[in-house]
Amino acid sequence: MNPISLRRVRAVAGKELRDYRRNRSLVAGMTIIPLVFLITPLVQVFTVTPADLQHGAWLVYMLGIPAVAPTVIAAHAIVGERQQGTLEPVLTTPVRRDELLLGKALAALVPSVAVSYLIFGLVVAVIAVFAEPQSAAAVLRGPAIAAQIFFTPLVAAWSIWIGIIISARAKDVRSAQQIAMPISLPSFAVALLVAMGVIPATLPVACLLAAILAGLNIAGWAMSVAAFDPERLITR
Amino acid sequence: MTRALPDGDSQVPSGIGNTAAGPDEPAISVDGLTKRFGGRTAFADVSFEVARGEVFGFLGPNGAGKTTLVRTLGTLVVPTAGSATVAGLALKPENSARIRSRIAVMPESAGLYQRLSVNENLSYFAGLYDVPDPDKRIAQVLASVGLADRAEDLCGALSKGLRQRVSLARTLLSDPQVLFPDEPTSGLDPVAAHEVHQLLDGLRGRGVTIFLTTHRLDEAERLCDRVAILNTTLRVIGRPADLRDRLFAKTLQVVTRRPLDRPDVVFTGLPGVQAWHDQDPGDYLLTVTDPAVAAPAVARAVVATGADVLSIGEAPHSLEDVYLLLVDPGTTGTTGIDGQEHR
Repeated sequence: MNPISLRRVRAVAGKELRDYRRNRSLVAGMTIIPLVFLITPLVQVFTVTPADLQHGAWLVYMLGIPAVAPTVIAAHAIVGERQQGTLEPVLTTPVRRDELLLGKALAALVPSVAVSYLIFGLVVAVIAVFAEPQSAAAVLRGPAIAAQIFFTPLVAAWSIWIGIIISARAKDVRSAQQIAMPISLPSFAVALLVAMGVIPATLPVACLLAAILAGLNIAGWAMSVAAFDPERLITR
Repeated sequence: MTRALPDGDSQVPSGIGNTAAGPDEPAISVDGLTKRFGGRTAFADVSFEVARGEVFGFLGPNGAGKTTLVRTLGTLVVPTAGSATVAGLALKPENSARIRSRIAVMPESAGLYQRLSVNENLSYFAGLYDVPDPDKRIAQVLASVGLADRAEDLCGALSKGLRQRVSLARTLLSDPQVLFPDEPTSGLDPVAAHEVHQLLDGLRGRGVTIFLTTHRLDEAERLCDRVAILNTTLRVIGRPADLRDRLFAKTLQVVTRRPLDRPDVVFTGLPGVQAWHDQDPGDYLLTVTDPAVAAPAVARAVVATGADVLSIGEAPHSLEDVYLLLVDPGTTGTTGIDGQEHR
């Protein structure tokens, strides 16, 4: 089998990013959902005692953004094109399914990770500047920040593959988003358990979770290629 | 204002398109191709060949299987049975991407990204086709469809006719060996349709094989070297003129100022005249073996009665007559090859 054409992958990703930027509903979704995740950690930091903040890793809660926000874009990826009649012309070009889907996933990953880091940076800055020094010290711990930075792309990518698989099977964008969002929540649930101290936030646990997510992402790419059936998409 | 791609265009770096099939090899060869969706048959046992550089018209009513056949040849739909060769490659899954690099499909709907500009749409497809020097190529195809000054317009702001032109420009990006325009003038006004016809004519001049799917019989008659009529199965294939000759008896039309008193006496027994009937008072249709033999005899006979002859000529049958005879025989009012009248 021929290697993937990076030029085609770039072409797909570039087009998707241009199109997303001008799609008001996607921009609104990608703005509102992350803002929702701002509330809880800030409320916690400013209302819970520093002693209680020592338990768990509250910043990991912010992984909810890369878990949920990308589904807004990813669920649109295939069925959105199908609804606007642009899928068939694309499928008549030499682009392969794996190239097309990889390009779409990368295009969804870039804004998702950017927004996640932006909101995370905002939360960290607010806590560092406005929270009690003891509360800030309890929350802004190096390993928690490192975990957030490291896990954000992995969690986002997994949510994107789920969104794309559902988008390849759904009849319209809205139902794809409604289905994809709850299905992407288990990774956030794991993050929440870590945040609450139920799952210990240790290096071995982090490595195990990272390995699982990396494996899931590779499997997700393969599964989305398998779920993408051009004949079904253009004839039904 | 539109113009065809310049002849020198072949020197332009041109994607992956035009290097495959040998000169004597047909551009498309289809043998017993069948597609079923569950219990529904889209098309069955279809066989034909399209020569390189030919403009081949594919006609048929709604639901006849035309678009599904185009999608099958374009590797988007997997056939249930039969085989085909497209642009020199066997229609097999392992050849799909290579076939698609040698052909271009222009779907009925333009399928453009409305929020992107014309240039951005074409850049995207140039990337998918791996077109070398895409900026230069995009400028060329835009000039060829008369849209050089609309490159930065958003596609969502264009009229339907202009969108079709952008769609055609998109199919030209890769310099395809075979072009599949599917209802390219559907919904266009006569001026816009004429411009699309000119563009397709220009492609014919450059040797591109065109597989034109259309409802418009005038379009097929004007543009196509040969046509095929599909209605789940292939009903007929040939040059429009040959089909008319094959399916319809030769007919002479005789028009006189006043109705003849005894037309049966005038027309019966004349050389080459097999049958006749009047369609209006003073308007007679004669079934003849050879118009060149029958017309002089008919003219002499009618003039001998003292009638004023307004015209004598071969009654033309259009491709529409052929189409209606094959697809919906009940609507024709013409004499068929079997010599019987069809109403």
